Amino acid sequence: MHELSIVSSIVDTVIEKLEAYPGARVKEVRLRVGALAAVVEDSLQFCYEIATEDTPLQGSKLVVNIVPVLMHCERCAQDVEIASLQSFRCPRCDEPVSDLRQGRELEIESIEIDEVEEKV
Amino acid sequence: MTTRIVELRQGILKKNDELARGLRSRFNEAGVLVLNLVSSPGTGKTAFLERTLRELRDSGSRVAALVGDLETDNDARRLASSGAPVRQINTHGICHLEAEMIGKHLEGWELADLDYLFIENVGNLVCPSSYDLGEKVRVALLSVTEGEDKPLKYPTLFNSADAAIITKMDIAEPCGFDRAAALKNINEIRPGIRIFETSAKTGAGMPEWLAYLAEERLRRA
Repeated sequence: MHELSIVSSIVDTVIEKLEAYPGARVKEVRLRVGALAAVVEDSLQFCYEIATEDTPLQGSKLVVNIVPVLMHCERCAQDVEIASLQSFRCPRCDEPVSDLRQGRELEIESIEIDEVEEKV
Repeated sequence: MTTRIVELRQGILKKNDELARGLRSRFNEAGVLVLNLVSSPGTGKTAFLERTLRELRDSGSRVAALVGDLETDNDARRLASSGAPVRQINTHGICHLEAEMIGKHLEGWELADLDYLFIENVGNLVCPSSYDLGEKVRVALLSVTEGEDKPLKYPTLFNSADAAIITKMDIAEPCGFDRAAALKNINEIRPGIRIFETSAKTGAGMPEWLAYLAEERLRRA
């Protein structure tokens, strides 16, 4: 499982971002994960707890938003959501579809932080 | 305390993706066709690659290989018997190869002196699919002993492949391999993909595979 490497990258990226917000604590990290991204949410959550220990992310919540797979169907001339990952066919016309438009995303969408107010 | 939402919209594997892009442009400039071979452990990647390297060398092509494993350099030693330059990448527990490892292990090799560079990934059907190595062609391998429904079980990998290889065709019959089902399942996950039915032992399917490699090199490199 490569979820631990993925979570470590998340922690590194967020800590880098926090440089602009000194002293801030992270409350929530939101991810966009494609249904074809080869990542298991349970594993991510498990690794997240370990990888965030003793960092400004400790105790924060990891929210994983799954992005469905969208394929372009030439016959229907539109992007369609496939019914299952076991069959790459257009749900409207049953034509095989190979042009992937969405579903491999693996990104940090946003973070929610508590900022320390500047002392006057 | 004030709560603030900071938009990031940043790829988690951004660092790997950037390194892979850099590698890809180096490979393009050098005119070398790079392939990333992915399968479960035991599919026969090394035997298949051994034969591919040997046949390509016999036909006058300049080839090299990088081979990833958690531990040992057994595979590199096997592949080196083909006479091609081979380097082992030991990941020490990491279940996939990353672009950074590729870059590091290419040091000292003159890419422009190569026609083909093969990267044998760590045996794993899940994790390697997330990591771009800068390859032009991703090859998914499946053996006749593994079950025809493997592509359905691992759609993330098979859907990202550019070519599929069925290995060990010489023992298809005793294994009760259902060829039609396997072909149908691969096509269900990756419609229109090129499929090669091969045996590293008998050499079956190798002429078609080598012809494909030559085509891809001319088309893409």
